Amino acid sequence: MRNNGHTHSPPATQLPKCPTGIQGLDEITGGGLPRGRPTLVCGGAGCGKTLLATEFLVRGAAQFGEAGVFMAFEETEAELKANVASLGFDLAGLVRRKKIAIDYVHIERSEVQESGEYDLEGLFVRLNHAIDSIGAKRVVLDTLEALFASLPNEAILRAELRRLFRWLKDKGVTAVITAERGREQLTRHGLEEYVSDCVILLDHRVNEQIATRHLRVVKYRGTLHGTNEFPFLIGDEGISVLPITSLGLNHKISSERIATGIPRLDAMLGGRGFFRGSSILLTGTPGTGKTIVAANFAQAACKRGERTLFFSFEESPNQIIRNMQSIGLRLDPLVKRGLLRFHAARPSLYGLEMHLATMFKEIVNFQPQVVIIDPITSLMDAGTDSECRGMVTRLVDYLKAGQVTTLFTSLTQGGHALQQSEAAMSSLMDSWLLLQDLEGNGERNRVLYVLKARGMAHSNQVREFLISNRGIDLVDAYIGPNGVLTGSARAAQGALEKAAVLASQQEAARRTRELERKRVAIERQISGLRSEYETEALELRRVDEQVGTRTLMLTTERAASGLLRHADAKVAPGRRNQPKPGRRN
Amino acid sequence: MKAKTARRRGSAPLRKPDDHWQLRLYVTGQTPKSLTAFANLKKMCESRLKGRYRITVIDLMKQPHLAKGDQILAIPTVVRKLPKPVRTIIGNLSDTEHVLVGLDLQAAD
Repeated sequence: MRNNGHTHSPPATQLPKCPTGIQGLDEITGGGLPRGRPTLVCGGAGCGKTLLATEFLVRGAAQFGEAGVFMAFEETEAELKANVASLGFDLAGLVRRKKIAIDYVHIERSEVQESGEYDLEGLFVRLNHAIDSIGAKRVVLDTLEALFASLPNEAILRAELRRLFRWLKDKGVTAVITAERGREQLTRHGLEEYVSDCVILLDHRVNEQIATRHLRVVKYRGTLHGTNEFPFLIGDEGISVLPITSLGLNHKISSERIATGIPRLDAMLGGRGFFRGSSILLTGTPGTGKTIVAANFAQAACKRGERTLFFSFEESPNQIIRNMQSIGLRLDPLVKRGLLRFHAARPSLYGLEMHLATMFKEIVNFQPQVVIIDPITSLMDAGTDSECRGMVTRLVDYLKAGQVTTLFTSLTQGGHALQQSEAAMSSLMDSWLLLQDLEGNGERNRVLYVLKARGMAHSNQVREFLISNRGIDLVDAYIGPNGVLTGSARAAQGALEKAAVLASQQEAARRTRELERKRVAIERQISGLRSEYETEALELRRVDEQVGTRTLMLTTERAASGLLRHADAKVAPGRRNQPKPGRRN
Repeated sequence: MKAKTARRRGSAPLRKPDDHWQLRLYVTGQTPKSLTAFANLKKMCESRLKGRYRITVIDLMKQPHLAKGDQILAIPTVVRKLPKPVRTIIGNLSDTEHVLVGLDLQAAD
């Protein structure tokens, strides 16, 4: 009976499973209840035991083609049919078509007298007859423990119950036995002693005035199973268990990028916006413009022709539309065209699980590509911290699996932008934008920055976030000595910087002129020096010429006088000159 | 009744309807418990209701669908269909006292 259709990859020795068809339960149990074995479902009053058992049978008959026997110890056939009809189960029709047989077993203790030994063979006969008459594969005994009230001899009853469970196994039917929760043990009469293959515990708790049902697989022999408590709810389509990590981390990943609707924000996110199918957290203190960013994102998505689902937990749709109009964002045409759908609900309307279920249903119905939840923190008031985290995880999982881009806005208190719960939630998010108020200079200004953006180079800068009647604009914020400057301080700083630039420009021009003047002066000096030099050089040349001429004349003179005196020897001209210095001039 | 039926009619019939006892004994085959129960029942009726009772033995092994009608769980079970109201006794009827109380036979005496 190994189910080859399911693509789980556990060892080949896995127990054969009997799918319940109940949303989520088959995921927790890895395929369903143990086939051919009894399963004990226990819980207090109003937990949904009977409903779970009924759904197991109805879905078995309707979806898996396995007929079932419902042996009721508490409710009559008519009551059962009426009870589940409101959940859309056509029990009566299935009974008519011989897919389900109902046997109401009832013993009034006051009408029964006990005398001597007996056994419960009658019960076996009835069960056997019912199973054989429709070829049942599934059996429900609801609530077997009623027998303890009806039959006085507990020793016989216990012996017979042990035999009954053995018999059910031999018969090869998959059985669900419901039992009341006991004080110190799982069931009031210790039925867990007999049913050892699979035990499921249901629980209904009220926490801060909000009731939530939980399901836990206490034991499941021979199978890995989720051991956590999983919240479940009874909706108009029966039970749905919401396992936190139903899908694991194996979503399909898209590298497609989608615009945010704010060009400068796209630029901050590596120039191309968010990844498709990613989850984005937008935190901010009150009045920082979270809804506006969300609405811009929605509008951008709708303009691309994508369906957008806007969950609003604070404002009514009409109010959002009106408010967005004031900044030039017209959403009503998008609503009319069916691209944008609002779903507004007060967080306190019902419990967290119910919110989650309605959101799932809306998402399934509308099939959006973009989902906006504004704000997620409102929902957090509807449950405890861990419940909320679980819920967000499931939501993120679910949306990611469907490649839906999701923008969660989150309201933070006061000046602290990072709250504990946000930090916890942020680990689930792919991108995290922060909107913050900066107070100073008698004004309050908004800034936006990207805290994280997985898988993309993103800007580390703080940008001032301006909201005008033409929409959103992001401008560079100035970083001054006292931190980031925004608003009029930013403008003042801008003017200051402009003046400084002008001054330095003027200074540079002045210096250039000075230098030029110097250059001209130096050049003038150089040319003066050069002319002086040239004058001197000229003079020197003239002197040289005179000296040459004189020497020549002297030599000629001496030669002439020597000739006159009949000098016999040549006299060194130097020596000859010395005694006659007066001859110069 | 198509079942194996044991009829014991008295030789001097008293035709008052109140007086006529109709008993059903549910068994599953010829088990020792069933046989004991039948013997005990018969003995008791003979001593107390001689001539104005009828015991119908229903074997659920052969007619399992009949178990539903009288809400039979325990085997053996005796159901007093008449006189009204319906009374049910479970067990092999070895405790005579309980059977007599259960069938209102103490009062009938």
